[in-house]
Amino acid sequence: MAKLLELEDLRTQFFTTAGTVKAVDGVSYDIEAGETVGIVGESGCGKSVSALSILRLVPDPPGKIVGGKILFMGRNLLELSDVEIRKVRGHEIAMVFQEPMTSLNPVLTIGRQITETLEQHMGIDRQEADARAVELLGMVGISDAERRLKQYPHHFSGGMRQRVMIAMALSCEPKLIIADEPTTALDVTIQAQILELMKDLTRRLGVALIIITHNLGVVARYADKVNVMYAGKIVEKGSARQIYHNPSHPYTIGLLASVPRLDHKRGTKLVPIEGQPPDLTLLDQGCAFRPRCRFAEDICTREIPPLEEVGGGQYSACWQKDKLSQPAPAAS
Amino acid sequence: MSVVSAPERTEAVTVSSVVGNEPILEVKGLKMYFPISEGVVFTRKVAEVKAVDGISFHIRKGETFGLVGESGCGKTTTGRCILQLEQATEGQIFFDGVNIAELDRRELSALRQKIQVIFQDPYSSLNPRMKIGEIIGEPMRVHGIEPDADKRHARVAELLSICGLDPKFADRYPHEMSGGQRQRVGIGRALALNPEFIICDEPVSALDVSIQAQVINLLEDLRDEFGLTYLFIAHDLSVVRHLCHRVAVMYLGKIVELAECDELYDNPIHPYTQALLAAVPVPDPEIESKREHKVMKGEVPSPINPPSGCVFHPRCPLAVEGCRSVVPELREIKPGHWVACTEV
Ligand SMILES: Nc1ncnc2c1ncn2[C@@H]1O[C@H](COP(=O)(O)OP(=O)(O)O)[C@@H](O)[C@H]1O
Ligand SMILES: Nc1ncnc2c1ncn2[C@@H]1O[C@H](COP(=O)(O)OP(=O)(O)O)[C@@H](O)[C@H]1O
Ligand code: SF4
Ligand code: SF4
Ligand SMILES: [Mg+2]
Ligand SMILES: [Mg+2]
Repeated sequence: MAKLLELEDLRTQFFTTAGTVKAVDGVSYDIEAGETVGIVGESGCGKSVSALSILRLVPDPPGKIVGGKILFMGRNLLELSDVEIRKVRGHEIAMVFQEPMTSLNPVLTIGRQITETLEQHMGIDRQEADARAVELLGMVGISDAERRLKQYPHHFSGGMRQRVMIAMALSCEPKLIIADEPTTALDVTIQAQILELMKDLTRRLGVALIIITHNLGVVARYADKVNVMYAGKIVEKGSARQIYHNPSHPYTIGLLASVPRLDHKRGTKLVPIEGQPPDLTLLDQGCAFRPRCRFAEDICTREIPPLEEVGGGQYSACWQKDKLSQPAPAAS
Repeated sequence: MSVVSAPERTEAVTVSSVVGNEPILEVKGLKMYFPISEGVVFTRKVAEVKAVDGISFHIRKGETFGLVGESGCGKTTTGRCILQLEQATEGQIFFDGVNIAELDRRELSALRQKIQVIFQDPYSSLNPRMKIGEIIGEPMRVHGIEPDADKRHARVAELLSICGLDPKFADRYPHEMSGGQRQRVGIGRALALNPEFIICDEPVSALDVSIQAQVINLLEDLRDEFGLTYLFIAHDLSVVRHLCHRVAVMYLGKIVELAECDELYDNPIHPYTQALLAAVPVPDPEIESKREHKVMKGEVPSPINPPSGCVFHPRCPLAVEGCRSVVPELREIKPGHWVACTEV
């Protein structure tokens, strides 16, 4: 199938007084039309910056995309003019953020915010836009749409605001939605409502979805493919089944052993990853996971491991990727 | 008051061997209503937030008791009442058999040494202008324990290493540490006075998975080493299953279900508990593809005007007409398994 989006060796850096932050450091992945891809990794590993880079929304200064390509339906988004990229944003690629309040205008009614985008991007008149807004709210499960459209964002609960954001994201019939921690601020039952809604709508409308989260359960439930990020790089990628059932990078293995599971009996042992993620201004020529890695060897200090196929379309960036199946040393 | 007191009749529960039988803490019919006032000069109460609405439970020595539920259901308020940071509207709290509302100042100060708290946010709960050593040493200073500065420093160094931190951290400031390290400092401070009972209010919620596991293991090690009892408050149901001996599920200020941990997760009976557990995704795509992803409708109503009868009735798939008017009592359905629902 034709690729919808292809990232090739994307590099985004922040130039700060403390040094250069290599927030995204050579990220490559692709998405096919209609597919759901999960990006997981702990805070600060570059998930949001890689997403913002796609739409060229990285604050500049201090940030800059310093290398790579972002091909969307064959066009390199990094070469578009400001006018052209603005047309892509919202229209062809939409974004849903963790905190909808910051992306909604507090002094405009919900209805006006939806119709404004529709008029802008879809070139339809006010009356048509009003009708479409009612339809969109219905689609995202907000009842009594006509009354709700006259209300302001603060009248909506967190879950309802996120439904509005999804309605707005869908309003211009995009090909891709990027959802950055869309349910992290919500309670678990509301999280389930929102994620089910996103899954249903994107599948029904054939919209591709990038879902960024630190929650391994959410990715397991919703993603077809998974990218695992660590310190600005994708360290492992593959199908959800490959990543969860045959993890081939020490970081992925460590994450899965650290996370308490609802289906594990009380007291099931957790094996944490010792230490903490590195400072992204201080990366050296070796593997960034090395200080926390129980499989590390000499070569890991000398050279950064390339992301290479381990088989069946699964990739791992680890010098020892073929030796990981041996039993791990017992946890201390 | 229509609350059955769960504590007295739960002996049949089997818990791990370190857990004693005698309760260290008993909460009976606790209510905390916050007044909502209007007016500036002559304020008058116009409504009440029923943050905690008549809950009863007990915690045994050495036990980790989980309190779960979605935000706003009253978990933190329950902890604050136990800490005497809120004046309960109704009900009693007994620690070691003594009603804590009846303690004089000196006794209360002694109690404050035995009960400590660890908060969710390691960023805001540590004074940014104090060095780590001062933060951990402060409770000792306040309570006049270890007035000798050298001994206090030695104790701080010991606490730091118990919590897995280099004693050199004593000279650093909170902003020079990561979230996980700051949470270890919060734990060290809580341990400074050799407490018996620690209220852990979302202690790992702000931490990343790999760091979260480190802190969970630390809390478990400390529990075993010092025979600590925890009230473990969290919204993360997986973390609670991992750590707790018994668990109570709260909804809108009430306990809707209470049982031994694995029993609650393997055989949830209350419709709310069932919906809550169904909503939590498991990190395994194989299992997830086989689970039925039924979502509960609606959102939690306001605690200012909670629904009549069973507070869960507007969202409940099992609700019958009577649920609008009858307040369900917490009943022992199996030994040690308590449920507040008339239809199960
Ligand atoms: N505006 C900024 N200025 C400087 N550094 C930044 C800025 N935004 C992000 N970063 C840094 O970039 C890295 C990646 O951040 P981010 O993509 O937000 O992480 P994630 O979303 O995975 O938690 C982090 O180290 C972060 O501190
Ligand atoms: N000091 C207060 N004044 C008024 N309402 C409060 C106060 N503290 C908590 N509440 C309300 O009480 C309810 C329970 O809050 P809380 O105990 O913090 O819940 P949880 O910890 O379960 O999220 C919430 O509706 C909250 O808004
Ligand atoms: S390359 Fe070396 S240090 Fe990096 S993850 Fe693999 S074994 Fe560990
Ligand atoms: S008492 Fe009625 S409304 Fe409440 S949980 Fe039971 S069936 Fe549902
Ligand atoms: Mg982010
Ligand atoms: Mg709370």
